[in-house]
Amino acid sequence: MKTDPAESAIRFRQVSYRVENGDGILRELNLEVHRGETLVLLGRSGSGKTTTLKLINRLLAPSGGEIFVDGRPVEEWDVIRLRRMIGYVIQEVGLFPHFTVERNIALVPRIEEWPAARTQARVQELLQLVGLDPQFAKRYPCELSGGQRQRVGVARALAADPSFLLMDEPFGALDPLTRAELQQEFLNLQNRLRKTVVFVTHDLREALLLGTRIALMEAGRLVTIQTKHEFLGSDDPLVVAYRKAFDTNFDAQGGRG
Amino acid sequence: MNVWQFISQNHAEVLDLTLEHVWLVGVSTLLAVLIGIPLGILITRWPALNKPILGSANVIQTIPSLALFGFLLPAPWIGARADRLAILALTLYALLPLIRNTYAGIKGVDPAVVEAGRGMGLTDQQLLLQVELPLALGVIIAGIRVATVISVGLATIAAAIGAGGLGEYIFRGLAMVNNSVILAGAIPAAAMALLADVGLGWLERRLSPR
Repeated sequence: MKTDPAESAIRFRQVSYRVENGDGILRELNLEVHRGETLVLLGRSGSGKTTTLKLINRLLAPSGGEIFVDGRPVEEWDVIRLRRMIGYVIQEVGLFPHFTVERNIALVPRIEEWPAARTQARVQELLQLVGLDPQFAKRYPCELSGGQRQRVGVARALAADPSFLLMDEPFGALDPLTRAELQQEFLNLQNRLRKTVVFVTHDLREALLLGTRIALMEAGRLVTIQTKHEFLGSDDPLVVAYRKAFDTNFDAQGGRG
Repeated sequence: MNVWQFISQNHAEVLDLTLEHVWLVGVSTLLAVLIGIPLGILITRWPALNKPILGSANVIQTIPSLALFGFLLPAPWIGARADRLAILALTLYALLPLIRNTYAGIKGVDPAVVEAGRGMGLTDQQLLLQVELPLALGVIIAGIRVATVISVGLATIAAAIGAGGLGEYIFRGLAMVNNSVILAGAIPAAAMALLADVGLGWLERRLSPR
């Protein structure tokens, strides 16, 4: 009945999301995420970015339409399995305050009952991957800075080597320098790992820096989905407005990044 | 004869009544923990049950203790022995702080932590046992602490229905108009309440998450 949805890693078909007795938050959203790309969902607060993200790992269920992950409708997946193959990183990080960094990172491997030695090795590997000294393993989240916490958040999401990564404004609460550092490390990481990433932000610079393609959302609709080159040259009024809001001379720089 | 002379002359009886008191408070608090914590968890999962359950526990709290002992008297099996009756009444009183604190403790867990846990694929049970309950533990123990301290005081009234405990001295002293006898019941009860408060307070701080 479907025309090979397996091509795309994630696919939205006519998806809507409504809250009870409220307006539609998402309306007839059609979206495809290619394997190995970083798709940025860009838009202002309330445009439906986060809702879109949570529909993918079924933290929310759509009111209409279909969502496919790996070619399979999400409601056909065992929801726990689905979530364990999708890393999830949020702005507030949400580290477990009563666990050490090590146990935070090892959460999914532990519940998946990996052998202790393998889990241990994986934690060390991940700490290195996100640029944290091995000595951080024994610390508690309250002993870390905001940037370090989010590094642990990313490591935790990557622990069981998921092929997907959902990131909801992961660097939004960080100071500019730390944010720039983490963005750079995200790029390095993504160069090596090639996960299928859906990245939510309202920051155009971040979108242009990190995204393979940018999906601009407004009031629950997808306005346009373009590569960053196209985005910089687009004359869509909303895209133009966005570029203006971030004033700078993106237009002059053209093919930055 | 002052209170200390009275206590030293009757130390065996004081000890007996104190142990009876500890028994009444201990068993009823334990029962309340076993019933109250699951109920508290239940109403975080089924919000529709929130009002009826918390409401009932609230109403029980408002019944004067002597009246509650009286109400329970005709109950079969329970009413047959005074200590059963007292334990049941004390359990009912202890429920409210336990249900309420369990509920508040779980609801008070940082939503980002819960969202992250869910998003990573924790089952509801894993989320409860590994994340929510450990993080709510401090608040739950605070509930046990409140329940225990209240219970130590309330248990003195159990003597009115013949359930024993340190209330025996208080009622006897009242009847004899003898302050020393009243104090022989009141002082150990107060000490017990303080001890429970300090001990559980220490546990609460120890087990509260960072």
